[in-house]
Amino acid sequence: MSLSEQVPKTIPAPRKITTQPRFTDKVFRGVVTSGGLFAGLLLGLIGFFLVFNGFEAMRAAGLSFITGFDWVDAVPEDGQPASYGIGAMLYGTMVTGILAMIMGVPVAVGTALFLSYYAPEWIKKPMVVVVDVMAAIPSIVFGLWGYFVLMPHAEYWAKLIHKYFGFIPFFDMPAPVFTRSPFIAGLVLAIMIIPIVTAVSREVFAQTPLERIQAAYALGATKWTMIKAVVFPYGRGGVIGGAMLGLGRALGETVAVYTVLNLVYDIRIEVLLSAGGNVASMIVNKFGEADPVELQALMGAGFVLFLVTLGVNFLANFIINKTARE
Amino acid sequence: MSNENPTESKGNREEEMSQVTPKQASGSKTTSSPGATRSLSEVAAARTTNLGKAPQPGSGLEARGIHAWFGKNHVLEDISMEFATGTVTALIGPSGCGKSTFIRTLNRMHEFIPTAALAGQVLLDGKDVYEPGVDVTKIRLQVGMVFQKPNPFPSMTIRENVLSGLKLSQIKISNPDELLESCLRRAGLWNEVKDRLDEYGGSLSGGQQQRLCIARSLAVNPQVLLMDEPCSALDPGSTLRIEQTIRELSDSMSIVIVTHNMQQAARVSDYTGFLLSDGGPGRLIESSTTVEIFTNPKEKRTEDYVSGRFG
Amino acid sequence: MSQALLTAKPQYPWKLTPKDLLTDLAGAVFALISTLAIVGFSPLKGKLGFALTLIVMSILTATVISWVRRDRKAAINSSTTVLVYIAASFVIIALASVLYEIIRLGAPGFSLSIFTKDMSQTASDMPLTEGGLLHAVIGTGYLVLFAALFATPIGILTALYIVEVKGRFAGTVRFFVQAMSGVPSIVAGLFIFAFWMIQLGNAYSGLAGCFALTVLMIPTVARTAEEVLKLIPQDLREAGLALGATQWRTVAMVVIPAARSGLITAVILGIARVVGETAPLLLTIGGADAINLNPTSGNMSAFPYYVWKNLLIGSENAVSRAWLGVFVLMILVLIFFALARYFGAAKGSRK
Repeated sequence: MSLSEQVPKTIPAPRKITTQPRFTDKVFRGVVTSGGLFAGLLLGLIGFFLVFNGFEAMRAAGLSFITGFDWVDAVPEDGQPASYGIGAMLYGTMVTGILAMIMGVPVAVGTALFLSYYAPEWIKKPMVVVVDVMAAIPSIVFGLWGYFVLMPHAEYWAKLIHKYFGFIPFFDMPAPVFTRSPFIAGLVLAIMIIPIVTAVSREVFAQTPLERIQAAYALGATKWTMIKAVVFPYGRGGVIGGAMLGLGRALGETVAVYTVLNLVYDIRIEVLLSAGGNVASMIVNKFGEADPVELQALMGAGFVLFLVTLGVNFLANFIINKTARE
Repeated sequence: MSNENPTESKGNREEEMSQVTPKQASGSKTTSSPGATRSLSEVAAARTTNLGKAPQPGSGLEARGIHAWFGKNHVLEDISMEFATGTVTALIGPSGCGKSTFIRTLNRMHEFIPTAALAGQVLLDGKDVYEPGVDVTKIRLQVGMVFQKPNPFPSMTIRENVLSGLKLSQIKISNPDELLESCLRRAGLWNEVKDRLDEYGGSLSGGQQQRLCIARSLAVNPQVLLMDEPCSALDPGSTLRIEQTIRELSDSMSIVIVTHNMQQAARVSDYTGFLLSDGGPGRLIESSTTVEIFTNPKEKRTEDYVSGRFG
Repeated sequence: MSQALLTAKPQYPWKLTPKDLLTDLAGAVFALISTLAIVGFSPLKGKLGFALTLIVMSILTATVISWVRRDRKAAINSSTTVLVYIAASFVIIALASVLYEIIRLGAPGFSLSIFTKDMSQTASDMPLTEGGLLHAVIGTGYLVLFAALFATPIGILTALYIVEVKGRFAGTVRFFVQAMSGVPSIVAGLFIFAFWMIQLGNAYSGLAGCFALTVLMIPTVARTAEEVLKLIPQDLREAGLALGATQWRTVAMVVIPAARSGLITAVILGIARVVGETAPLLLTIGGADAINLNPTSGNMSAFPYYVWKNLLIGSENAVSRAWLGVFVLMILVLIFFALARYFGAAKGSRK
């Protein structure tokens, strides 16, 4: 029989392949799945309980919970109701977060470039350890160091900035109090986010396709023109994602900011002045002596913070994952 | 090309190559399967070459006594070759014999590998490119390279890609559009992309991308163009187109092409060098005109390789 | 020809020549001297003035040297190189300052006796020879132990779900884990306060603190464990399955032993992360001064709380105690850090 006669005329559809897992495997999968879903459950519980407990306060204040600047306890004798608004603190959280990014991200990216393309082998390994140790330092250490060691210097720097650049509204000073300002808090936060931004940037730089780097050098590029032409376009997404992860960390910092920032319930643009805000610090500040009503408001504040950091982190991871696939 | 008029091959270079025919005596030197057309020697002989034009002596590139190491591993031993302007030189040899390593010593890309070491000289117009104090980025402008896998910059448009060499070296010229068109024409890509110069480099086919890379290398006006298996990732149609480009370009510069494909070497080059590594460092076994290498190699190993007995 | 072969030695003609190095060194010296001169003769003073001037002069010197030696392209390359080095120096200086001050301000109060006493009979104002931090040691010990106990199985199960079982929700779970790692520590504390204490009516206790730390530890353990499990080659799993083993046996007896040191690293990294967390503890454990051996009831102390309390008191001795607490805490963190690196390296060597 010739070959052509043996060839079937139609191609069969693929069979559906199934299996009946054994009982032990079913149990295994069940246990593992419930463990895995626990994370999601926990996340949901966190959101739920914060809302559940903060609901009253948020409902009572309405939109002014987020936009209002007062944080006034109820005065029963005068019949004055409590009025809680985290607006000033939310603004302050943003300001310190952005300051941290402005001051920290360039240093972090520069360090990542240094580790990826400039450092000789004998500096590289210890330097990587340096960055990792910095990531491990607890925030309370930064709180102490920031207040006792950094602040005296930072005060002086703030005075200089005001002296030479005071014409810019940000650096104006309605009153000459330079301690515990958003600038100093931003500085401490900048140092705290450097490790994570450096780590993410380094990973992205390491994935830059070697062939493009070689093409640039073969055309007569110097190291810097190569970085500008190849590394930055390729790594842009990853670096931005890393910066946002750093921002997410800065937004939620509590004790590191508490010592170096003077909480004032007002929105100001002067970053050198001793007046600022941070939702997390406020919660810690008010928690000790809060009555049940105020506690509800604090829960609400925690919920808002939860949403904000969740959003920033989600965006950051989305950007990183998206660009990693290129 | 016909074998009907066997004439004595004249050793004189000034003869037109088409008059030279292969010696049939020692049997066919084909490496192709029965039914295929021409032997390597026929291909090599068929090529109209620049040997008619005397290559400018003293210009171009010369490698003298090149040794290369990776750490303690001696990978190239005493390679000396000349690459005169106006010629195309092919480097053939089995995988791993060091051809790519060798051409990377010519444009100082070898030193990027952390454990690399070198001995010997590479002379460009008589001056050693490895001399201390030499500006390595300038060397790379004069000795360009096209890589195996086409690597246009995806973040740049076609126009920006071609002119990227100027930007990377911060060279300013007064008429970038003229240069753009000239390089794309020389690379054989102008007609296909002249209407979409502002599209991104990644939107082209493999063969087009490689021609874009060639145009990019041309924009900085190199004296020597090194090509590391430029067609091995491409389809046959693109390959032939690029080989045509190589022939056209060789008038004005010296081209060194590493290739696994002996047919290609026979089609495209005037001179051929055969490298071999038998477990030790790669050595230059034989270097001569392409016709000689494929019709009348002096070394047994060369003959074994070009007739397909190994490699 | 054989002469040339015998004498050919590896060379590195692209490395910096002595002349280049000398020029660079001269440039560095010049930058330093000019800085000192400028600082000496102008209003720029103090550490900031010195640092700023040094930065400017370094960039200028490097740029000019390169411009003269080569051209503008090389000059720009040199100035960016100096900038990159400066960025890295900032990081080193910051870390060095932190570590130096911790040792300078914290080490003096250190003595072995602090591990034998607590603060129940001593006011924070009193000199550091009185009182100790045993209560904090015990507290942190409980917190870390139980947090690890709770977080490790959940974290590893989560990683197993993502890598081994690869269920329908694997992508979602991964997303959840990433989201959880961004939860601020104060929010974790608030959650436990709302759930365990308001809802379920419990008082401050070590257990509440453990729960808060567990929430923070799970994502770290899960992510590191996921990376580690992904590194295990598929061949190992296939070998187990091809022998007829069930999935759970393959995982339990082949995959997990192979990943053992990496999983240990995951747990240690998780511990290192939570041992220094302060904010959630402030809301959950109450911060006692006395030793409390019962983790489930009664106020408990811990290192971060100890530091915090003393910091807020603010007197000179109290602040010294705070630094002492930070000093011991950092030693603890560095020990865990070194352990994690040790086990992390071991995971590379064994297969």
